[in-house]
Amino acid sequence: MSGDKAKSDERWAAGVQPYASMGYWNEDYDPKDTDILAAFRITPQEGVDPKEAAAAVAGESSTATWTVVWTDRLTAHEQYMAKAYQLDKVPGTDQYIARIAYDIDLFEEGSIANLTSSIIGNVFGFKPLKALRLEDMRIPTHYVKTFPGPPHGIVVEREYLNKYGRPLLGATVKPKLGLSARMYGRVVYEALKGGLDFTKDDENINSQPFMRWRDRFLFSMEGVNKAQAATGEIKGHYLNVTAASMEQMYERAEFAKELGSVVIMQDLTVGYTAMQSMSHWARANGVLLHLHRAGHGTYTRQKTHGVSFRVISKWCRLIGVDHIHAGTVVGKLEGDPATTAGFYDTLRLNHIPENPANGIFFDQYWASLAGVMPVASGGIHAGQMHQLLHYLGEDVVLQFGGGTIGHPMGIAAGATANRVATEAMIKARNEGRDFLKEGDEILRKAAKKCKPLEVAIDTWGDITFDYASTDAPDVTPTPTSA
Amino acid sequence: MHITQGTFSYLPEFTDDEIRAQVQYAIDNDWAIAVEFTDDPHPRNIYWEMWALPMFDVSDAAGAMLEVDACREAYPDHYVRVTAYDPRYHRQTTALSFIVQRPKEEPGFHLERQEVHDRVVRYTLRSYAANDPEGQRYGRG
Repeated sequence: MSGDKAKSDERWAAGVQPYASMGYWNEDYDPKDTDILAAFRITPQEGVDPKEAAAAVAGESSTATWTVVWTDRLTAHEQYMAKAYQLDKVPGTDQYIARIAYDIDLFEEGSIANLTSSIIGNVFGFKPLKALRLEDMRIPTHYVKTFPGPPHGIVVEREYLNKYGRPLLGATVKPKLGLSARMYGRVVYEALKGGLDFTKDDENINSQPFMRWRDRFLFSMEGVNKAQAATGEIKGHYLNVTAASMEQMYERAEFAKELGSVVIMQDLTVGYTAMQSMSHWARANGVLLHLHRAGHGTYTRQKTHGVSFRVISKWCRLIGVDHIHAGTVVGKLEGDPATTAGFYDTLRLNHIPENPANGIFFDQYWASLAGVMPVASGGIHAGQMHQLLHYLGEDVVLQFGGGTIGHPMGIAAGATANRVATEAMIKARNEGRDFLKEGDEILRKAAKKCKPLEVAIDTWGDITFDYASTDAPDVTPTPTSA
Repeated sequence: MHITQGTFSYLPEFTDDEIRAQVQYAIDNDWAIAVEFTDDPHPRNIYWEMWALPMFDVSDAAGAMLEVDACREAYPDHYVRVTAYDPRYHRQTTALSFIVQRPKEEPGFHLERQEVHDRVVRYTLRSYAANDPEGQRYGRG
């Protein structure tokens, strides 16, 4: 019977056996401090016992195959078997949250490719499950310490750029495809001179016929340096080194460094191993590393199947990037406020307590692994500054692409509007104002002394993207009366 | 030219009351207040001169404002900034840094371009003010 441990002779009988009776379900198991823990959202097929489904996930993501093999008996198999140790029904659904413990010996030190090949390797196509989602992981300190983490991290980035006390500001050059290198550099110069800290290549700008990478790097760095001279501030442009091979990525990164760029970028599409390679390079060469999460929506967005972005956030902090796109709450892309807060905490804090209201399933302690600067990008504008500061805090890069380049008075004016709005909101917050409530008034007052901000608010002030989230936590906190 | 280093360089110059409010916010967060001055505004000039030691134990912004005033009086033509340092575990860095005095004239920066090879340019930023020796750059200060 599934759920009970089989006696030895039954356990090793040739043929197919329930995963649960092979030992992959063990509710008495007390996870060790060194175990890697995973929380899966399981939707079993009709008629499949949920415990057996949980055991199957544990089995298929660790030692099991579809039938009993006697060669297990040549190993300390109980050590290597993952154990599903807890199962909770999600109220009002056909879903269950299964918690599974993996022995640390199952994973190569410092390798996200190896970790993911186990945890999300085969199991997501498993027939007895209708759907499967990896919701969260607890990475034990013992395993955290095998990764170097972000090449620089939030603190070093701020000290390197000499910028404190406010969100950093950026813009992605638009149109994202089609500009010649010379005109592309113009956008970089105008946006940085106007007051942004960073401009950015978009994820799909690599080296196309209309603009080859080397030309883009040269013209962009002319823009960066000219803007530094115009403002006396350090500026950066995320030069995207994403390419078809590691050799090409290194070539582009080396050239960015030779030109004195403070930052390069890569896309999530290059893969975990390429990202780890670039992370080592970035630390060795003193260049900040930005990550654009291109493609993640294909597996992070739907609540019942795929991998939650909070898990991707954890992997990326281990892999080691300095920036990662993590949602805006108020912009054009998916982002429930509580879920997004969970991502931001995961990226920035040293210790994140279990917090079901934000979708955090486990306590996570990072043992001083540097924090990753989250990036908020996609459909945000200066008129939302109070909400952005409220939801996202201060250690964040706010990226206004259209909200800078689409400004009626020009790119530099758009940049100035964003910078003034940011500084005015920080000033008001520090003065003890209720900035979320008084946000419009604070911005209007600042706009009286800044025409570009006034025009920005008049142009975009009432633009919102108000759609229901597909990825919200199961638990909604009960409001408490004051 | 108006250098835009610091947390609030895009807002109109702060009044003393506005400076005091920011200092009080920093004190309320247990951040140490420091007053620093320089006549070298290069963006990679990290170490401005320290006006006395950082104030770790000040509980009222009024005390810190005395030091701000004294520094501004002693160096009326220099840049003066207030910084707040957060010594908490996992932070241990500057939390706020803003300019509270700047020279009347800011001549800006020269961008030196050295053409090297294959269209590569080496860029160097040089403050026009730094042509003069330290202490003689912006008038008497």
